Amino acid sequence: MAAPYASAPASHERIWQRFSRAQRLTRFAVYLAVVVAIVMAAQTVEIIPEFLADAPEQMIDLVTRMWPIDFAHYPDAIHAALMETIHIATLGTLLALVLALPVGVLAANNLVPSLPVNLFAKLILVSSRSVNSLVWALLFVGIFGPGALAGTLAIAFRSIGFVGKLFGEALDEAQRGPIEALTAAGAPWLSRLTFGYWPQVRPAFWSIALFRWDINVRESAVLGLVGAGGIGMVLDSALNLFQWNRVAMVLLAIFVVVIAAEIVVTQVRRRVI
Amino acid sequence: MSTVSAIRDDPFRRSAWPRVAAVALLVYIVYACAQLDVSWERVHAGLDNAARFFSRLFPPNFTRSDLLIKGLTESLEIAILASTLGIVLALPIGLAAARNLMPAWISWPARFVIVAARSLHPVIVAIIFVKAVGFGALAGILALTVASIGFIGKLFTEAIEEISDKQVEAIRATGAPFASVLAYGVLPQVFSRFIGFATYQLDSNLRNSTMVGIVGAGGIGGTLFAAFQRFDYDYVCAILISIIALIMIGELFATAIRAIFIENATFADLFRRGAAMRHVRHTEDD
Repeated sequence: MAAPYASAPASHERIWQRFSRAQRLTRFAVYLAVVVAIVMAAQTVEIIPEFLADAPEQMIDLVTRMWPIDFAHYPDAIHAALMETIHIATLGTLLALVLALPVGVLAANNLVPSLPVNLFAKLILVSSRSVNSLVWALLFVGIFGPGALAGTLAIAFRSIGFVGKLFGEALDEAQRGPIEALTAAGAPWLSRLTFGYWPQVRPAFWSIALFRWDINVRESAVLGLVGAGGIGMVLDSALNLFQWNRVAMVLLAIFVVVIAAEIVVTQVRRRVI
Repeated sequence: MSTVSAIRDDPFRRSAWPRVAAVALLVYIVYACAQLDVSWERVHAGLDNAARFFSRLFPPNFTRSDLLIKGLTESLEIAILASTLGIVLALPIGLAAARNLMPAWISWPARFVIVAARSLHPVIVAIIFVKAVGFGALAGILALTVASIGFIGKLFTEAIEEISDKQVEAIRATGAPFASVLAYGVLPQVFSRFIGFATYQLDSNLRNSTMVGIVGAGGIGGTLFAAFQRFDYDYVCAILISIIALIMIGELFATAIRAIFIENATFADLFRRGAAMRHVRHTEDD
């Protein structure tokens, strides 16, 4: 498909070209489409020039309102909400792992050799991933009411697709040798899973779990904006009351927690996996 | 004969610490559930509610389609412009952060910019931009630009740090200036990975551009949140279906672009082997 294309024109010099004419045309069409899309978007998007001109002034105003950061607010309101956020992220990730394992197994064709079951499992994974965690949070707030329960379930349901997809791919890529040896020894399906596949995919599994936890710490910080618990709710009320020095404190707290989570994940990955 | 007995040891014997970890995990789950006030009664009460909630979601109400289409178009515009701006800005920053090409005094500040851009969720960044440039699409574009700089900058830096030094040294040995080293030694090695990140970022920006409206930064998110707060659930359902459809179409386009630039596919190839395109995998990070 990617064969170099040589044309021999009338003169005896051969001109070597990397791509065939069809490939060049396709690439050109994509470039053209990208440029047209950008120009069209830039022309039709609604930008109010007065607001843009005003931006530097507003930015300075924002910084002066944020300073001094309201550190005193941290112990009485932010700390509890921050811990709630971390609990939401952790419990949500754990629930997602429990739910995603069976779905991931059902999605792997070499473990469950039935196409309808695989497709059904893949449908679950795709629908979980194509709904943003904020939308999941809206739905669960509608069902369970505002609070951390909705947030935990939103994080879990958004993560199922991610964890299940990557876990399914890890299962697909497992070496056949140990599994064939177990099959030849007459091992039942469950033993093949626990002694053949699990040892091979275990590092991948824990690495996926850590990766998702890191993402979930970031995501759970915003869920409160739609009422699903955690630090986002403190942020939302500070914003609505224009208490910008509290907003600054909340943003600083989120920033520190996210960086800390990233450091924890990198360290655990280096030491354990 | 100690070697024989060593071989006969149970190969699947477990060490003690996974059990300790499991117990610790269980204790944590109970503690965290108590902290969050998560209990079976609440879940049970919610399940009764769920039936009522879902019956109000269906059938979806598409009657206010003009508002819906306006919001979706604005989300699409935000995603396209933010991806463009983000990529244009992320390339020099990512290059500056690559430790194999740049001295430490350039790479460390650039790395800090990338980490800072990645650390806050786009919706939170959007709040700051709504204050700075007012309600509307511009705030969304700027917020997602920041997110794109963080993501593409990080991956682009990693890709450049993994390149082979041979081509770079060969071009340096000819006395080429730095710009030529970049153009002929570095960029060709990272181009196909760059296409992967760029299409992935477009996809991710499209997902987030439907959400930044929740804080007033333009796009369909504002309409969605307003409908939700008015308990206008059948309209919420219509909006959600449209968002999912838009995201899936976007994903299809992203896969096609990857096939064209990475596998050198033509349009004819794309139609012929729609199934084969699924082999192009990409890493996921949102």
